[in-house]
Amino acid sequence: MGFGGLYLLACSGALIGLYQFTTSSAAPESTPGQERFMRIYLITMVVLAWAAVLSGAYAIYPWYRAAPPPGAVDLSMFPQHLLMASPATIGWHSLGMEWKEHVSWFAPISITMVAFVFIRYGHDLRNHRQLRAAVLVFSVASLVAAGIAGFFGAEIDERAPVQGGNTIQLSRGEAK
Amino acid sequence: MTTPYNAAPSDNRSFTNGSGAAAIFSAGAGCFVLAVLAILGDKSALIQRSLVFYKPTGPLSGVTTVAILVWLVTWAILERRWRKKTLPAARISAIALALLVLSLILTFPPVGDLF
Repeated sequence: MGFGGLYLLACSGALIGLYQFTTSSAAPESTPGQERFMRIYLITMVVLAWAAVLSGAYAIYPWYRAAPPPGAVDLSMFPQHLLMASPATIGWHSLGMEWKEHVSWFAPISITMVAFVFIRYGHDLRNHRQLRAAVLVFSVASLVAAGIAGFFGAEIDERAPVQGGNTIQLSRGEAK
Repeated sequence: MTTPYNAAPSDNRSFTNGSGAAAIFSAGAGCFVLAVLAILGDKSALIQRSLVFYKPTGPLSGVTTVAILVWLVTWAILERRWRKKTLPAARISAIALALLVLSLILTFPPVGDLF
């Protein structure tokens, strides 16, 4: 969650930076220092994205999908089975986790490509309109994928197992 | 001496788009392979079992590992073949973006369950 959260925070900055660097009307010239900063920024995002999916898949997910012993009544330590035990919460797994566990991988794949293309072409990307458009769309897709994964990750991995209730509660208001 | 068709001018950073096209296309292909494998693993018990590379993570380990390998191998091959060429980037980008959008749709469980 930490890596993914940092990645999501960095996404908006990357989109603005890429747009400024690669759109001819937005910034007439950029300094080598600015270009170097953008490269380091994107490489950091690549590291964050891969750290998020790898730690998620190989550290958090095994805990999430652990099978309870036969006859177990208390499922609080087995989030997947806890969610699937009630029709009110099964959607968090069958829709939320099933989507999250796959869509999240689009973020590191996309941002790795974006970083490579930016490092390869740099400021010159403004002369390759089709490449530039594709890079920006993949950057947005990366943000969307990370956003979907982040939303369901926060709800499933933290709230649902901790609360362990029978119903999905997205918010809780107080009666006046 | 004339420059061969599709060959790079002296400054290939400035003029050829093959390297970028290779990266973009392979990213789209990698996402699409991941989505297809996720559906195949969900529909076939045999494929699901064969995709368990790391038992605690289950089939997800195989789905993602195979997709990443396909993505990287595709990228390496295309980079080698395209890096000094100028290609129809609009068409290649359109295909890559179509694959990406399809991947996002196919991984949405209600859509994947239709197959």
